[in-house]
Amino acid sequence: MHTAPAAARLVPVLTVEDLTTVFPTPRGLVKAVDGLSFSVGAGRVMGLVGESGSGKSVTGYSIMGLVEPPGHIAGGRILFAGRDLVRQSRTEMRSLRGRAIAMIFQDPAMTLNPVLRISTQMVEAIRAHEKIPRAEAWKRSRDALGLVGIPSPDERMSAYPHEFSGGMRQRVAIAIALLHRPSLIIADEPTTALDVTIQSQILARMQLLMKQYDMAMIWISHDLSVVSRLCDDIAVMYAGRLVETGLADRVIAHPRHPYTRGLIDSLPSRARRGERLRQIEGMMPEPLDLPEGCVFSNRCPRADAACRANPVMSVSTYGAWQWRCVHPLNEGPVHGHS
Amino acid sequence: MAIPEHRDADISSGSAEQFVIELCGVSRSFGGPGALERLGLGRGSPVIHAVRDVSFGLRQGEVLGIVGESGCGKSTLARMVAGILKPTAGEIRWHGKPLSSLRGREGKAARLKAQMVFQNPWSAMNPRLRAAEIVAEAPRIHGLIPRGEQDAYVAHHFLLAGLDPALGDRYPHQLSGGQRQRLVIARALAVVPEMLVCDEAVAALDVSIQAQILNMLMDLREKLDLTSMFISHDLGVIEHLSDRVVVMYLGRVVENAEVAELFERPNHPYTRALLEELPRIDGERRPFAAIEGELPSPLNPPPGCAFHPRCPFAMERCRREAPALLPVASGHLSACHLNDMA
Repeated sequence: MHTAPAAARLVPVLTVEDLTTVFPTPRGLVKAVDGLSFSVGAGRVMGLVGESGSGKSVTGYSIMGLVEPPGHIAGGRILFAGRDLVRQSRTEMRSLRGRAIAMIFQDPAMTLNPVLRISTQMVEAIRAHEKIPRAEAWKRSRDALGLVGIPSPDERMSAYPHEFSGGMRQRVAIAIALLHRPSLIIADEPTTALDVTIQSQILARMQLLMKQYDMAMIWISHDLSVVSRLCDDIAVMYAGRLVETGLADRVIAHPRHPYTRGLIDSLPSRARRGERLRQIEGMMPEPLDLPEGCVFSNRCPRADAACRANPVMSVSTYGAWQWRCVHPLNEGPVHGHS
Repeated sequence: MAIPEHRDADISSGSAEQFVIELCGVSRSFGGPGALERLGLGRGSPVIHAVRDVSFGLRQGEVLGIVGESGCGKSTLARMVAGILKPTAGEIRWHGKPLSSLRGREGKAARLKAQMVFQNPWSAMNPRLRAAEIVAEAPRIHGLIPRGEQDAYVAHHFLLAGLDPALGDRYPHQLSGGQRQRLVIARALAVVPEMLVCDEAVAALDVSIQAQILNMLMDLREKLDLTSMFISHDLGVIEHLSDRVVVMYLGRVVENAEVAELFERPNHPYTRALLEELPRIDGERRPFAAIEGELPSPLNPPPGCAFHPRCPFAMERCRREAPALLPVASGHLSACHLNDMA
């Protein structure tokens, strides 16, 4: 996929080109991400969608330079602020992480130290990148807490992480990510573990802040219903590969790739009450045992010899919309098919 | 091969109107003074009222969906229905007989008839047993397997849950997430229950696998005429599977109606707020319009209606007086003071 990616309607903040991240295992080399290309524009939210094992989280870690050895980036480029992140030194990456690129994890416990007060952690996070007086750092931290909707931020600054509810803890993690006004935020399923009303509160707040500060965001998620409400662009991954990308509302309304269609149809709300759901048969292949040609061919209702014979490398393009399929679905709205 | 029928004639006598299971004013609290504290030593732990005064019934073959957020008591309720926990007040009736009055063989049989399917198959299965033994263990102990027919019995229940009997030699860690969840369901079916209690049974699964398991549960219901209680935070799943839906908030039932009625004419402000978050994709970018406020702690519930601090329509009366669950339409109950105003 070397053509201009879907999101690049504005100047892209981040461009990923042909990214391949591998993990050596005793049984062979696992390509967790295989030839992935996409880009994210300023002020836009890119939904990176896929099921477990699709490589969506590894993509996030690759951009952050946080792939655990012996895993490593085996090829491709990650272009951000005029640099290729793949070729940055550890020191250079450390100065970018948390300042220019921030990550929000599913479990805020990964970001927060349980034995330090919130104020200590936030002031430390600021002073790691900027030598400003403590008092000023404290003020900026308190303002960040207010920004993400934490009531009485002055008092909450001296609380410990366990004194917050799950939703409030995630807000603290988001506030920390926002401290340096990064130009890119990578959010890895940050609201999956939260109750629906709390999730909605946080999403509303995120949406507002993104627009206000013109940040780019990659929203990694398995939840298409959230992605369809939050994201401008979407990239669907399956078994380490990008299978479809484009404007979120168009892709979701008229998916071209049978896997995208299958994911949408699996949602209970797509079927009439009590009716059987249109399920995707089978399960995601083992990473060391991928089918020949198209990786989805062994589960795809449209697959034939052409899909299995030659590896599907080409990508069809329709405007900025791309899909990796020999027999794409093409007409009609999603509801209309039989 | 003699496979026992899933409906037990001697227990399920009675009219069609009779409930398989009925909860009458069931409450469950945790904590409070222990033995030492009653002697005046120590302070005891604070009392949490996890479930308060819950009443409803399930008819044969009915699927009841229970929906609510963290701390609403839905899992405590599931455990009481499955007979794992005893209520601290109120009564659970199994085919009209109070569970607490059933002793000995009768009590054991009743407990066996309501089986629980847990969210996390990892913690629900012994990792050192092979799949076939996980399914065979309970029915063998309860004498449900005819002599010499264990393999056929296990294979039958594997197939019911959509598992290849050839997987019987595997350990749980050698199965995929979907297969493990099917194994937990096969194990529950192996003791020939009348009722399944599924606590977030598909919450941890990927959407494509979740759809497969939901389809299987719907098939099982047709095949075996199983009654079930399905607990989930996912309104999409609840709407799809249930005949009737109970909405809980902080230990109490706030609304109870048939699924179509509830989704088309939600009465309680909390239900309406939840339905705003119904997971669906309709191509439209709907804004996130969340109700304000945190979920209150069950340790320190607000006075009056537990929802009043977050309710956009809260009145003075809501702060003082807890609303009763009253009919608002035929077969539709709701607990809200607003209904008195109309």
